[in-house]
Amino acid sequence: MSELSVKHLLGIKYLNEKDIQLIFETADHFKEVINRSIKKVPSLRDITIANIFFENSTRTKLSFELAEKRLSADVINFSAGQSSVKKGETLIDTVNNILSMKVDMVVMRHPNPGAGIFLSKHVNASIVNAGDGAHEHPTQALLDSYSIREKLGDVAGKNVVIVGDILHSRVALSNIFALKLQGANVKVCGPKTLLPKHVESLGVGVETDLRKALNWCDVANMLRIQNERLDISYFPTTREYTQQFGVNRTLLDSLDKEIVIMHPGPINRGVEITSDVADSNQSIILNQVENGVAIRMAVIYLLASKIK
Amino acid sequence: MSQKVLLSEKEINIILHRLACQLLENHLDFANTVLIGIQPRGTFVAERLTKILKEEYKVKHIDLGFLDITFYRDDFRRGDKTLEATATSIDFLVEDKNVVLIDDVLYTGRSINAALTALQSFGRPKDVELLTLIDRRFSRHLPIQPNYRGRQVDAINNEKVKVMWKENDGKDVIYLINK
Repeated sequence: MSELSVKHLLGIKYLNEKDIQLIFETADHFKEVINRSIKKVPSLRDITIANIFFENSTRTKLSFELAEKRLSADVINFSAGQSSVKKGETLIDTVNNILSMKVDMVVMRHPNPGAGIFLSKHVNASIVNAGDGAHEHPTQALLDSYSIREKLGDVAGKNVVIVGDILHSRVALSNIFALKLQGANVKVCGPKTLLPKHVESLGVGVETDLRKALNWCDVANMLRIQNERLDISYFPTTREYTQQFGVNRTLLDSLDKEIVIMHPGPINRGVEITSDVADSNQSIILNQVENGVAIRMAVIYLLASKIK
Repeated sequence: MSQKVLLSEKEINIILHRLACQLLENHLDFANTVLIGIQPRGTFVAERLTKILKEEYKVKHIDLGFLDITFYRDDFRRGDKTLEATATSIDFLVEDKNVVLIDDVLYTGRSINAALTALQSFGRPKDVELLTLIDRRFSRHLPIQPNYRGRQVDAINNEKVKVMWKENDGKDVIYLINK
């Protein structure tokens, strides 16, 4: 019998390889469950989970909520926009108030890096990080690796390139940690202004020529240009970005091999990826979304089993 | 710790044949009957019975599935360890079917209770029967009794019944272990 080595899921950085394998094996079973005609299991019927989102989200929030409901947990949702946070309440006060309503687990998205770690030290509940600023987005990285494993059989030894805004991307950082942990080779690709300095120290290669990167890889994970985080101008125009770092059908057809295309969503169609690529057989974007529910069920199930 | 042999390979074989005949008597051609082995260890019993029914009693087709009950158990978060799941593979609907749940050892009845809940995810069966290789008497926590039993055993609480199979453990034998 095995269990997770952690009490909270704050980032991939805190997991080991066995944790990831356990999450994947558990997710396999949940994937079978969510493909039944009755998609619900009663495991978490005495667990209450609060989804606290201080930042906008569609798919992550829905995916977490669905995962929790499929496990029969009681769910409360909280969005910062309509709350007392606007009246000046601190994070710890907000969360402790929610916890005093007997909540066992908190799923939180927050614009500040490290918000989940901070919270885990000050409140008595299991914390799942659903994205903290430009730091980590662990469940996204897990579902990305899970989708690669599903498509290609294994993650170890595969060449994966992450394309786009690496500097502001929590998806990129979590993916780098997760992929390295499983023995994949990772490169990042994007305009120099959007690649963090010293990113090589994480053990990843750097490439600024997209064609070279795509010719090298088995999987390309296309990140979104996060206009909301671009405080200054990092590249001249969106059009120029698309010409240099956008993936289109012509480019893919000119490669030596067929590669797998991923995207964490939401897609800027026609910017980092064209519609004909996003909707093609090479793309596993919608599989990623389906796997997201199974992965989140696995994470929540495994963490909840440690709540006594 | 001491252990004694409860049933030998020969005895297990005879019992499996008797159980197969009893199933045959009630379900004849298995046209509207499905066998479901409960994971992880009921599957061996289910597979053996299916093999006997097909090879020796010439039943043409039997729907056989495996049901994992981990997510339906009532002891989630109550033990020290995380409950680890195994695979479910039921590629048919149980709607209006006669279902025979199959497990190796019937003890408290809690696994069967979980299995009955889990089964509901696959439809509404016409009726559900329970077959168990070993029935530990006087140890039930719930009002659950088998329809077909291999051997009834009186075992006290600190004793454990261990069923071993050739395909998994190298030999067919059932031990009563005194911890």
